Amino acid sequence: MIPELGHFALILALVLSLVQAIVPLVGARRNSMALMAVGRPAAQGQFFFIVFSYVCLTWAFVTSDFSVQLAASNSHSATPIMYKITGVWGNHEGSLLLWAMSLSLWTVAVTVFSRHLPDAFLARVLGVLGMVSAGFISFTLVTSNPFERLLPAVADGRDLNPLLQDPGMIIHPPLLYMGYVGFSVAFAFAIAALMSGRLDAAWARWSRPWTTVAWVFLTAGIAVGSGWAYYELGWGGWWFWDPVENASFMPWLLGTALIHSLAVTEKRGAFRSWTVLLAIGAFSLSLLGTFLVRSGVITSVHAFATDPKRGLYILALLVIVIGFSLLLYALRAPRLAGGGSFSFVSRETSLLGNNVLLTVASASVLLGTLYPLFLDALNLGKISVGPPYFEAVFVPLMTPVVVLMMFGPFLRWKDDDLVAAARKVAPAFIASALIGFAVAWAVDHVTWRTVLGLFLAAWVVLASIQLLVGRLKERAGASAGSRLRSITASWWGMWLAHLGVGVFIIGVTLVGSLDQNLDVKMKEGQRAELAGYTFLFRGAVDADGPNYDAARGIIELSRDGRVLDTLTPEKRLYRAQGMPMTEASLDIGVFRDVYVSLGEQLPDGAWIVSLYYKPFISWIWMGCVLMGLGGLCAAADRRYRRLAAREAAAGAGQRVAASA
Amino acid sequence: MKAKFLVPLLLFFGLAGFLAFGLTLNPREVPSPLIDKPAPDFTLARLDEPAQTFSLKEMQGEVWLLNVWASWCVACREEHPLLVRMAEQKIVPVVGLNYKEVRGDGAINARGMAIEAETDMAIERARRWLRDHGNPYLLSVLDIDGRVGIDFGVYGVPETFLIDRSGRIRYKHIGPITPDALQNVLIPKIEELRRAG
Repeated sequence: MIPELGHFALILALVLSLVQAIVPLVGARRNSMALMAVGRPAAQGQFFFIVFSYVCLTWAFVTSDFSVQLAASNSHSATPIMYKITGVWGNHEGSLLLWAMSLSLWTVAVTVFSRHLPDAFLARVLGVLGMVSAGFISFTLVTSNPFERLLPAVADGRDLNPLLQDPGMIIHPPLLYMGYVGFSVAFAFAIAALMSGRLDAAWARWSRPWTTVAWVFLTAGIAVGSGWAYYELGWGGWWFWDPVENASFMPWLLGTALIHSLAVTEKRGAFRSWTVLLAIGAFSLSLLGTFLVRSGVITSVHAFATDPKRGLYILALLVIVIGFSLLLYALRAPRLAGGGSFSFVSRETSLLGNNVLLTVASASVLLGTLYPLFLDALNLGKISVGPPYFEAVFVPLMTPVVVLMMFGPFLRWKDDDLVAAARKVAPAFIASALIGFAVAWAVDHVTWRTVLGLFLAAWVVLASIQLLVGRLKERAGASAGSRLRSITASWWGMWLAHLGVGVFIIGVTLVGSLDQNLDVKMKEGQRAELAGYTFLFRGAVDADGPNYDAARGIIELSRDGRVLDTLTPEKRLYRAQGMPMTEASLDIGVFRDVYVSLGEQLPDGAWIVSLYYKPFISWIWMGCVLMGLGGLCAAADRRYRRLAAREAAAGAGQRVAASA
Repeated sequence: MKAKFLVPLLLFFGLAGFLAFGLTLNPREVPSPLIDKPAPDFTLARLDEPAQTFSLKEMQGEVWLLNVWASWCVACREEHPLLVRMAEQKIVPVVGLNYKEVRGDGAINARGMAIEAETDMAIERARRWLRDHGNPYLLSVLDIDGRVGIDFGVYGVPETFLIDRSGRIRYKHIGPITPDALQNVLIPKIEELRRAG
């Protein structure tokens, strides 16, 4: 009964999404307040029914109702309750429902936080979001109904993929989807603005906090996913350039460009056409990512079961949404010329340069991801594209991005003097190059990649310090406290996020240059040495869990005779699917991780053990945390709220005037 | 409307065209250059009697399947019940090529392992697997280092080769055999080859 209620609620949500897609748009066209006002309750009602539907599906998982096909294939009566709940999205149908739910959540957030927007504009935004939502809910209902019954019911389920039975997987998909789907708001704002022909600083200011928050979610989602891959896949890698990872990375790159482009449009009125295109592009890449993951066009270790009918449906959705948006862009963008003019040496130019580079980087990831498909379609053979391509393309593209990223903030808007600006940053720049070389030499790893990485990281850190000091000097005479307070949240956001990039580069460079690993055969009481650490194998014990059998190795980690930690890597066999899994054990530190994973047991009783020494790997995620915090600071800037209040007051005044 | 603003739209339509075409392709399917060519000859130790070997000649005059499997291969698990059923119904003799049993397992690092130890471990693991899941094979052979797999152009497990009476490869199935592929592709091809003599 409950699954049927869920199914029914989802159908009602579809009906409401259609209402939300059509009525407010008609209202905006006819200038009818009554019709426009339908958008808000329709969006909120739709959210209610989707959440209801989602809860019904979760109920089927939690109560182990194996007459529901999806629960039978992705859950098991012995699965821990946490993974019963998260198992709901560990599959195609459930993750689509999660997609629809996050879209609906964003839409409701728009209805709540955008009371100050002009009515016609809000109506158009909600209409666009309603269309996207209708597309996804109907996709779920028509091709991938999560409430499909399995009659007669099976005695027990097949369990959730053991790889996904991990705390990282509890938060990774919701974060990632909130990010992915969050770009739909920036997209809807851009389309609404194109429809009304009003693409001005106000539009950019409305879009900015939404875009930034979506970007923070996406950053966090990608970081958590990468962390999960690092400790769960058992061989210490953190990024694989897998098509599914690329699918989330492409919108991130374009989203990063969008955030910066929006800043220019808000502050200077320039780049309007660019900004709109980036807003369409970032969301289009989110949709494309969904298509790639769901259609089976690209093979990937991540891909869930795929089905060509689903591929066709979602491709049609893609063509309608993106095709329509780009057509609208082609019709309306020519009118957008103008905006503040700027000279070659200006902050605008540096931002434009980085936007172009980020877009090219995103396009090169897209090319690498789809290249096997292009060749296959043109009958030129089958190939696969791996990390060497991406690394070869990425390093040269991102190097100027990082250099410009720290140079831009030293430049004035509109026009600046190149010689003066260069003189300002030259000491930090030269010092960075020296530091990069010196540190690489000190750690005895002088390769061009290490030197370059360390140079860029040093440049980011030194330039950040110089920027902060310069900012604090601006108000000479004021007290230190008031100088600090005078810095806006959005400036801190920029500063932190850029510093995060530097921290990230330190991690990537050092773990790439200095990591060490060793695979050894170990018997009880045997020792192994790696990077100055001693690993003493104390044997293996049984450590069965609720839905798996496991052997747990006990390894004592010590250095210079001092015991640091006891590591307990496990080798698990998940009973329902008979799937073996390696559960690594880590000793995490600020400057290094020690990472151990347990392999097979050999006939003579010894175990194969993989030992890894990963210097500075945590800095990769610390960098992401700083970027995320930066984004949050920027989105929390007071001026959005202040302006919102002022506009609401002005809007109310106008309405009063109009009705009077 | 200025032409340059149409560029994104046109680029997108080009991309959509490729994606649509991509839906009709199977990215896992790689055309084998070996089709209709004699199967690469090999002599390998048998899993049941490691002291004895098996070579292609022994199957001369038969239409048979060479099925590539390993105990670490998750998709093989999916395919296995169907193979067992095929064996029960005596549809076609199937020889198993146990492929990189030890070094193919991502969870084990076999570098530095002695070949004897690796072979022992492989036999242990493969036999246990067949005991647990049923043995549908006429016999299985051990391709410890994957050399025979390379000769056959194996790049993913499971793969299945259909070999005719004269020892030519006539068809290659990539991925687990599905009931659908068995009924509509493999069985008709097997019957056709048997009729052809």
